[in-house]
Amino acid sequence: MQIDLTINQKSYSLELDSRVTLLDAIREHVGLTGSKKGCDHGQCGACTVLVNGRRINACLSLAAMHDGDEITTVEGLSDGELSPLQAAFIKEDGFQCGYCTPGQLCSATGMLQEISEGWPSHVSDSLDGPYELSEAELSERMSGNLCRCSCYPGINAAIRSVGEKA
Amino acid sequence: MREFDYVRATDTARASVEGQGAETRFIAGGTNLLDLMKLEVMAPSKLVDISRLPLDRIEEADGGLRIGATVTNSDLAADPRIRASYPVLSRALLAGASGQLRNKATTGGNLLQRTRCPYFYDTDTPCNKRSPGEGCAAMGGETRNHAVLGTSETCIALHPSDMAVAMRALDAKVEVQGAGGETNSFAMEEFYLLPSDTPHIETILESGDLITGVHLPAPRGDRQVYRKVRDRASYAFALVSTAAVVKMEDGRIADAAVAFGGLGTMPWRDPEVDAALTGEAPSRALFDKAADLLLREAEVTDGTAFKLPLARRVLRAVLEEATA
Ligand SMILES: Cc1cc2nc3c(=O)[nH]c(=O)nc-3n(C[C@H](O)[C@H](O)[C@H](O)COP(=O)(O)OP(=O)(O)OC[C@H]3O[C@@H](n4cnc5c(N)ncnc54)[C@H](O)[C@@H]3O)c2cc1C
Ligand code: FES
Ligand code: FES
Repeated sequence: MQIDLTINQKSYSLELDSRVTLLDAIREHVGLTGSKKGCDHGQCGACTVLVNGRRINACLSLAAMHDGDEITTVEGLSDGELSPLQAAFIKEDGFQCGYCTPGQLCSATGMLQEISEGWPSHVSDSLDGPYELSEAELSERMSGNLCRCSCYPGINAAIRSVGEKA
Repeated sequence: MREFDYVRATDTARASVEGQGAETRFIAGGTNLLDLMKLEVMAPSKLVDISRLPLDRIEEADGGLRIGATVTNSDLAADPRIRASYPVLSRALLAGASGQLRNKATTGGNLLQRTRCPYFYDTDTPCNKRSPGEGCAAMGGETRNHAVLGTSETCIALHPSDMAVAMRALDAKVEVQGAGGETNSFAMEEFYLLPSDTPHIETILESGDLITGVHLPAPRGDRQVYRKVRDRASYAFALVSTAAVVKMEDGRIADAAVAFGGLGTMPWRDPEVDAALTGEAPSRALFDKAADLLLREAEVTDGTAFKLPLARRVLRAVLEEATA
């Protein structure tokens, strides 16, 4: 079937089997291999992309469901220069092998937006915002992204350094 | 994944017609269905995508709120009216899955998510829910994540939803549009079916039946608590969870609605537990009596035996908080 996707503000017209996930469309058919496949079952967050500004797991969605949506992958986070989050990951040593990093970056971008919209989390004392990016809030809100190298101290430091400025 | 035809529904009334057929399934967020289709635990030959139907609104209705079936778990948890008047629902949603998954998961899909029994997922082992009559590998198997209430000889699979537990305590009703276009509402205890000897039939839904929304009546109590105990602090299913909606008057419990996750083959609530609490002054003895009633017919295995003392402690803690 024909599927039109808008990824990082570029349009792609693809002829795909209905079974192709959004993740496989991005990686295998468009050739943007920044987004990673870790578990393919929604458990690791390596495939996280932004759809209309919100973070989702691209492995648990069909490409066909995203006709017309605005999709942003890690390749679209920077515009020539690194985004503040990307720069902070380098400064704070937020990775070792780097496999989880694209997902961490997209997820953190979406998460900071959620905080700025005043969304509560499981660890929030009150359901009335606003919320600060404490260590507990950050760990809870980023729990959908696993790091097999366990670089959480660097990842958290990087995200907090950007979150505090935002 | 097996091949399937994909159709995007553009009209709610027509969706039930497009959704007819034993091998047809609706897809909303896809976070449960695609997971199971990749493993060929489910293999529909046609998917009707309902994610763009205009069912993504939360509206005031009959003194309460009507939540559209495709409202995402994130939007529902963050809605100011839900946070203010139904905090137990926000809390239950926020205790489930991850930020990414909640952005995709929908109200209807969450109600219909299937069990996380590892043998249901593993197509190399027998499972009466996946293949009726095959037998059950959980009997005598690894059962840490299984049910102790509402079980049958053929199935002890747990209903894993957090959201549905809060909805049960809130007396939610599920709105269903039938293939003929008519809409009916069902209380949660009517909507879900116990496994008995047909564990593959989990709800009253028939071919083409579309959940269009969930209605929450005005909350019966302002003291609302959700507590979830799990194997890690985040991003894990409940071992035991409890939702309580309580109203206090002059130091007594004027009204109580308590529901449970991690225990039942469906989101659990027991009218005798609610009745035992109502009209009484809160005390440790009362909470223990409520736990005795809740667990009076529990059936445990070696793997699930730990859930009984855990359920007692969670119930006591939740009631202490709700009545303090
Ligand atoms: C890693 C992981 C962790 C998770 N942790 C938790 C947790 O801690 N707590 C928890 O509660 N849940 C958890 N979940 C489950 C998650 O909440 C569900 O996957 C989600 O709610 C399903 O919603 P969906 O819209 O994606 O459903 P879909 O996958 O689209 O659909 C699920 C089922 O519902 C049917 N359906 C959907 N909408 C309708 C409708 N309107 N009418 C009729 N039928 C419909 C579909 O046909 C399908 O059979 C987790 C999931 C994953 C992958
Ligand atoms: S690859 Fe999607 S969550 Fe792991
Ligand atoms: S840096 Fe290796 S998985 Fe995170």
